[in-house]
Amino acid sequence: MALDSSSKRVFKVVGTRPPRPDGVDKVTGRALYGADVSAPGMLVGRILRSPHAHARIRAIDTTAAEALPGVKAVVTARDFARLEGDKIIDMGEDRTSLRDVRDNCLARDKALYDGHAVAAVAALTPEIARAALKLIAVDYEILPHVIDVDAAMRPDAPVVLAGRAHENVPGGMSPNVTNHSEFGHGDLEAGFAQADRIVERSFTTAATHQGYIEPHACLASVTGDGRADLWCCTQGQYNVRDICADLMGMQASQLRVTASEIGGGFGGKTVVFIEPVALLLARKSGRPVKIVMSREEVFRATGPTVSASIDVRIGMARDGRITAGEAVLRYSGGAFPCETVDMGAQAAFACYDLRAVRTLGWNVLTNRPKEAAYRAPGAPQAIYAVESVVDELCQGFGLDPLEVRLKNAARKGTKSSYGPTFEAIGLEATLEAAKAHPHYSAPLGPGQGRGLSAGFWFNFGGNTSVSLSVNTDGTVGITEGNPDIGGSRASISLMAAEELGIPYERVRTAIADTSSLGHNDVTDGSRVTFAVGLATIKAARDAKQKMCARAARIWGIDEEAVLWEDGAAKPSGPNAGDFPPMTLAEIAAVSFKTGGPIAGHNEAHADGAGVSFGVHICDVEVDRETGATKVLRYTVIQDAGKAVHPDYVEGQMQGGAVQGIGWALNEEYIYGEDGRLQNAGFLDYRVPVASDLPNIDTVILEIPNPGHPYGVRGVGETPIVPPLAALSNAVSRAIGQRMTRLPMSPPRVLEAINAGR
Amino acid sequence: MVAVTLWGSLRRFTGGEGQVEVEARNFKELLDRLAETYPGLKPQIDRGVSLALDGRIYREAWFTEIGPDSEVVLMPYMTGG
Repeated sequence: MALDSSSKRVFKVVGTRPPRPDGVDKVTGRALYGADVSAPGMLVGRILRSPHAHARIRAIDTTAAEALPGVKAVVTARDFARLEGDKIIDMGEDRTSLRDVRDNCLARDKALYDGHAVAAVAALTPEIARAALKLIAVDYEILPHVIDVDAAMRPDAPVVLAGRAHENVPGGMSPNVTNHSEFGHGDLEAGFAQADRIVERSFTTAATHQGYIEPHACLASVTGDGRADLWCCTQGQYNVRDICADLMGMQASQLRVTASEIGGGFGGKTVVFIEPVALLLARKSGRPVKIVMSREEVFRATGPTVSASIDVRIGMARDGRITAGEAVLRYSGGAFPCETVDMGAQAAFACYDLRAVRTLGWNVLTNRPKEAAYRAPGAPQAIYAVESVVDELCQGFGLDPLEVRLKNAARKGTKSSYGPTFEAIGLEATLEAAKAHPHYSAPLGPGQGRGLSAGFWFNFGGNTSVSLSVNTDGTVGITEGNPDIGGSRASISLMAAEELGIPYERVRTAIADTSSLGHNDVTDGSRVTFAVGLATIKAARDAKQKMCARAARIWGIDEEAVLWEDGAAKPSGPNAGDFPPMTLAEIAAVSFKTGGPIAGHNEAHADGAGVSFGVHICDVEVDRETGATKVLRYTVIQDAGKAVHPDYVEGQMQGGAVQGIGWALNEEYIYGEDGRLQNAGFLDYRVPVASDLPNIDTVILEIPNPGHPYGVRGVGETPIVPPLAALSNAVSRAIGQRMTRLPMSPPRVLEAINAGR
Repeated sequence: MVAVTLWGSLRRFTGGEGQVEVEARNFKELLDRLAETYPGLKPQIDRGVSLALDGRIYREAWFTEIGPDSEVVLMPYMTGG
């Protein structure tokens, strides 16, 4: 049976655009998000947060709060289970210490940032809970703080946490420097010696928040015999279970975690904040406890992306050939160690075929909330700086920036800037598509500028389990374990329908709780359509094999003499006999009489995700009186490998571009001299809204990923990588001044305009 | 013997060598030999690494076989959002 054929196939279902399966529930308000779950006797949980950027906690007195009528439990860090040793856990953005996760959920010895949780209460009503928080007395010793990444690297900087540097950090640096990496190859100075022009620039990018519309929310219930249930909005219920079980001193099997519908995550919901606290309160009070973060709490106490300070030096020959490239990246990871700069340092020059390249990366502690993943974590900042300098060199030589990128583009066989030799990749095709797009040759008006940037992201696969049930009415149910943050229920149903040869409408995909299916890694790394899709295809092939076996028994022939084609088992071969095909529905209808229920499943670690490239073109107009930037036209071109549901792929490309536009133009965490966040709300933290934006045009290219039977690549992260440089290059060209700081808010653009006058 | 390319900041643990050779048939053997031969690499290997085999990146795949002429590159543990 040709169940694993990898030859190029003509798709019948994959690539179509059926209505989204969650659409009706979401537009009618039926969809259940994190805050929508309730339980009888439920209490309200509230969290007390540090008003200081950095302070030693000398004592916490909860006596008065506990005595308040209506208060059922008060917890602090001392209520967590004693951890025997530490362990490293996968939290999306990086591998993190379990102790750090615990101490981020409830501060132990020091409050490390404005908003750091220090205690929590469970009470009958929100009013009582708020009153109880005011009765908790925390004795703080205020310590000096540091917010800026460059300041935190100085030897005399306030020390956020001591003794946390990895072995890769050279001696003599500030204790705030916790991780160092270096990548590259070739003779850098020989490369720069061949350049006709060298540009060296320093850049900064602000910390930005993922800006998901749904705040974090959860409901915890712990029974008297030690079993627990947790409902929460998360990108990975299995990770939540494992972390919470460790922190609670429970067996993972005794904690069931159910992921709600999710109102955006973008990497920011790969971590836990309130979930272990709700479980502590539920255990202590003996009643279910719900915690819902306010928007202010989301900004102050969840994970924004890293802020960055970056130096780039690139040499270019007069003909546009890049002779050498170097970047030094300093990323603030907030109050706990992280390794995000590794990804940025690898991605910085990944779009280029370079003989001499080097990147150095540093992760640095600051008194900010611990960073969390945000779409392609670490890459947008690095590629922004590199693509800005490439653009400046093109301007200096009067060269077309697209031609220069084509001349230097990484291709199959290129030794990448981070080490491995590229397999088949789509950068060149993406650049050619950009060149051919009418946007690139459209005329610009006065005061307008056009920016271009390429972008790159790795993508990955990971641990995945899928179960596929063939129902007796000929329909199929799929159970998978990754919350649907970007259309995965539709794409997984499409791949199952394609593989089984049945209509899409006969397949329904549901998200399992942690007790109903084997482990699944977090929904991150653009992994789900690739990895869960791969597992679904293999589960469908497993089911097909079983259905062929049933047909063989019905016909009285060998299993090997039956193949699956067009949704039916068919006899095949010279001695198979002459039997009419049996469809999936016909085999399913008699399954109870032929051996019992039919199901397919697959559990595996998926690798071979295939890297992804995109190119963005952006036109802007800058108001020279106010410094305000208006985005006039925006086009995204990206290699999707194979677009399983093109609507969702386009949505990912548009969404990434819009988030990148916000990052480039307005979004930033603003801190006062006291180290407190000053703009913890959407009125002062300005994300783009529909009226700020033109239609985001999209072009999907399909250069098949050799690591997937349908050629699928992840698409969710790459589109946030190019916008920062595309916008910066457009604004710089529009005003005739090179911009080197994000966001390019109107005062900063005006300052640059005035500096050039 | 398998030639393994290391990222630059690991060279300080291999006497300055950016590429080292170890006897290994698969990823697990390769990581074990690296940690034995160059103990300074062990903390990084314990924290997590990825391996690229002929251009394809693997995160956790102990038993992936390595051919005698394969390009093997040690990389940081891949993360995403």
